[in-house]
Amino acid sequence: MILLWIILIPLAGGLLAWVLGLRSDRSPRRVCLASLGADLVILLYLWFANLPAAGTGGVWIAQVSLPWLPRLGIGFHLAMDGISLLLVLLTVFLGMAAVISSWGEIGRQAGFFHFNLMAALTGIMGVFVAVDLFLFYFFWELMLVPMYFLIALWGHERRLFAAVKFFIFTQVGGLLMLAAILGLYFIHGRETGTYTFDYVKLLGIAVPEPAARLILLGFLAAFLVKLPAVPFHAWLPDAHTEAPTAGSVILAGLLLKTGAYGLMRFALPLFPAATRELAPIAMALAVIGILYGAVLAFAQTDLKRLVAYTSISHMGFVLLGIFAFNETALQGALIQMLCHGVSTGALFILVGSIQERIHTREMGRMGGLWSVAPRLGGAWLFFALASLGLPGMGNFIGEFLVLLGTYPVSIPMTAAAAAGLILSTVYAVRMIQKAVFGPNRGGWRIADLTIRETGMMAAMMFVILWLGLYPQPFLNTARGSLDRLLETGRTELTAGLSPSIDPGGVHDSH
Amino acid sequence: MTVIEWTALLPLVILAMTPAAAMVALAVCRSYRMTCTIAAAGLLLAFLALFRSFAPAPLQVTPLLMIDRYALFFIGLMVSAGFVVVLLSYEYMKVREERREEFYILVLTALLGSAILACACHLASLFLGLEILSVSLYALIAYHHGIRSSIEAGIKYLVLASFSSAFLVFGTALVYAESGTLEITRMALTVVAPGTGPVLQAGTILIVIGIAFKLAVVPFHMWAPDIYEGSPAPVTAFIATVSKGAVFAFLLRSFSQVDFIREGAIAVFFTLMAVASMFAGNLLALFQDNVKRLLAYSSVAHMGYLLVAFLADGPIRVAAVAFYLVAYFVTTLGAFGVVTVLSGESRDADALDDYRGLFYRRPWLAGIFTAMLLSLAGIPMTAGFIGKFYLMTAGVGNALWMLVMSLVITSAIGLYYYLRVVVVLYEPQAETPTVSAALPAATAALTAMVLLLLWLGIYPGPVVEMIQAMGTIGY
Repeated sequence: MILLWIILIPLAGGLLAWVLGLRSDRSPRRVCLASLGADLVILLYLWFANLPAAGTGGVWIAQVSLPWLPRLGIGFHLAMDGISLLLVLLTVFLGMAAVISSWGEIGRQAGFFHFNLMAALTGIMGVFVAVDLFLFYFFWELMLVPMYFLIALWGHERRLFAAVKFFIFTQVGGLLMLAAILGLYFIHGRETGTYTFDYVKLLGIAVPEPAARLILLGFLAAFLVKLPAVPFHAWLPDAHTEAPTAGSVILAGLLLKTGAYGLMRFALPLFPAATRELAPIAMALAVIGILYGAVLAFAQTDLKRLVAYTSISHMGFVLLGIFAFNETALQGALIQMLCHGVSTGALFILVGSIQERIHTREMGRMGGLWSVAPRLGGAWLFFALASLGLPGMGNFIGEFLVLLGTYPVSIPMTAAAAAGLILSTVYAVRMIQKAVFGPNRGGWRIADLTIRETGMMAAMMFVILWLGLYPQPFLNTARGSLDRLLETGRTELTAGLSPSIDPGGVHDSH
Repeated sequence: MTVIEWTALLPLVILAMTPAAAMVALAVCRSYRMTCTIAAAGLLLAFLALFRSFAPAPLQVTPLLMIDRYALFFIGLMVSAGFVVVLLSYEYMKVREERREEFYILVLTALLGSAILACACHLASLFLGLEILSVSLYALIAYHHGIRSSIEAGIKYLVLASFSSAFLVFGTALVYAESGTLEITRMALTVVAPGTGPVLQAGTILIVIGIAFKLAVVPFHMWAPDIYEGSPAPVTAFIATVSKGAVFAFLLRSFSQVDFIREGAIAVFFTLMAVASMFAGNLLALFQDNVKRLLAYSSVAHMGYLLVAFLADGPIRVAAVAFYLVAYFVTTLGAFGVVTVLSGESRDADALDDYRGLFYRRPWLAGIFTAMLLSLAGIPMTAGFIGKFYLMTAGVGNALWMLVMSLVITSAIGLYYYLRVVVVLYEPQAETPTVSAALPAATAALTAMVLLLLWLGIYPGPVVEMIQAMGTIGY
């Protein structure tokens, strides 16, 4: 039942915020912060209570299963393992950051804004813990509507265009996934006689070959659009740029992760053979994404758009790690997801606060901000360095593990992806140079980060450093779950693949 | 006729008696409130009578009518929709017309025709039901006789409905000449049996065209936008839901014994209509600035969606069509209900500009309209989502890939114009808000619709069970 609470508390907080928002503009954000704080406490408790067991023990840390539409084999089945736990933690953490970052930005309809924010977070958490495929699709679609409202109502200049583009891209992907889910449902039903959407039961059958490939393509349509992989990324730069700061944080930090999570949770274990067949193509897309995103980021003059393009590049590493099919690379992908969530979230918040102060996102008009706002400049420097993968920061661990895991699978891919690291240095340094260093051409005199903003930045820096210097607790939490995702595939493909491609993963030393 | 047969027919009898009673009452005393009360009470009684009819069902009463659970379910659905239309019209008609009492008599007779269609198992009863429905609708559409567009819509509908009836009658004649039967399930089976002659096939196609006119599926959809626009808003709601639902119930019953996967030609005809409706409906709605016309094209598309489930074989066909129709009824009534409530005394609120910034003027109404539009688009937590899910299940389960793909692509297109309206609702508005009078009856109806919408979207279990319990179609 604890999972139900985790999902319901933010939703209830959002509803309450909406109601209170009719009276005052201030109380909604406090209510939201309080409900997310309560969630954070529950999650941390769950994490520490299960830390020793999460790697090895039972399949799920917590689960809840209620009948919903039994006639069609649909259950309200939520379950949490190590991967879900970390991602839900990330959701709550970034949710709080989003609430704090929009403290001053949202002038009108604050209640409705916060309701949408919390509803989007609820949908995202639902995606991370749903293990009934119908329920998964339900949450998958549910998070879109509030996200759409956030962009369309509180966004910047071209918000309507961006919101519609975002919605249509993801909706097409989603509907194709629904068709694939139904295909799987009928194949399972005809083979075993029980029609069910339950993930655990669906894992029990091996989908025959031509069907498996088609169904996998349906799933990929949804996941690759969300991730996003080139060439399905066209919605991302617009949506990220036009969204309000909180919207960008949620989009980049969390929404993209749902695509990667879907690949891990569903594509890999349900269609082990078909995913391996597709791996070369997916890895090629990943590498193209890494390089393309980095090159385009370099070409941007709009600071927010630049950060948006770096997301494409970083998520390429996640895709690469997932399709390398070994524990090391998967661990890397997961760490990269967490770090990208925090660091890109922080960069968007900083862009937002710069824009709030100087009313432009054009890099050409910035410069010299460090001298007038040293805390802001310092934070910008820190997260830009994290973004380029400086050792000591979490992003480095993620990218390094991905490259390490990919190396035995394909040396050319690894080499090309590593070139992405150089490109990321180029754009990150340019980003630092143009925005905060150099002469203060615009003659800006702006306020530095407030105490509230500084505290939030400090918390985010702490997480990045923790992930960079001592990622072992995170790896331990997820290891058992990641192993299981690979195992379903392994038992099926005993022959045919050489075992040497698995370098064994990073294990706990103590 | 025996007592049991009368019991089975009770809902139809009540539906026939109520307008008669209202007419008599009007002759004695002309009171708007009394007429409305009689209409509402009659509908309520008819609804309650449905439960009495459950025991004898399925029972064939005369060769014309088949009272089975299927028919009772659809009668229940249409009577409820009629009740909502009465609620919606109460304040709407009050401020507009001098002679407004007859409006309800026409609604009741139209409902009688629809109810007959739901139980029709014979071409004679089909014709009977269709004509009772159409003739009532002519008058309802042109009820605002002072408004030109209303008269124009009435005449258009008259011409088109007569035209489609002519198709129907001619088709019936051809089929009868060849097969010697007017019983529809038997007729449908002879039609799809191998080696049927061209006359029989031509006859069937003509009958299907006649029906397609009523459903407004492409390419027989031309009338829909004009008539939706010209009719009074509650009448539009009635046409979009009850009239189409009744015809679809008939269509589903007549082909209940036909296995579409094995029968090529007629399935191809339906498939083409479905795909064309989905694409044309959604594409034509894209750039509409008139909300009523937009909803008209959207309903063309929704009939196309519905045909996907219609073309699926097995028990899921009836279940999916029935659930989708329930969802579609709730959503469409809600959407046109909002149009009704917003309409001023002189004209209906059909321009997109009438909705700009509605959220800041009447947040509750804007919320309801948002929910309805999202349901039409098939977004989770609304009835439309479960409905679309059902359609996809039916399509994928029968491997109707072309239809499923069309459904996916056109749903995405459809999203664009639904969202366009939604965003307009929340756009800031400079003018000072005009607060209109409170409309308790219509607001109650709308609140009920939005609650139903959420219930169907979040916990559809009971309704699904009810549809399953409705059982198979008697024949």
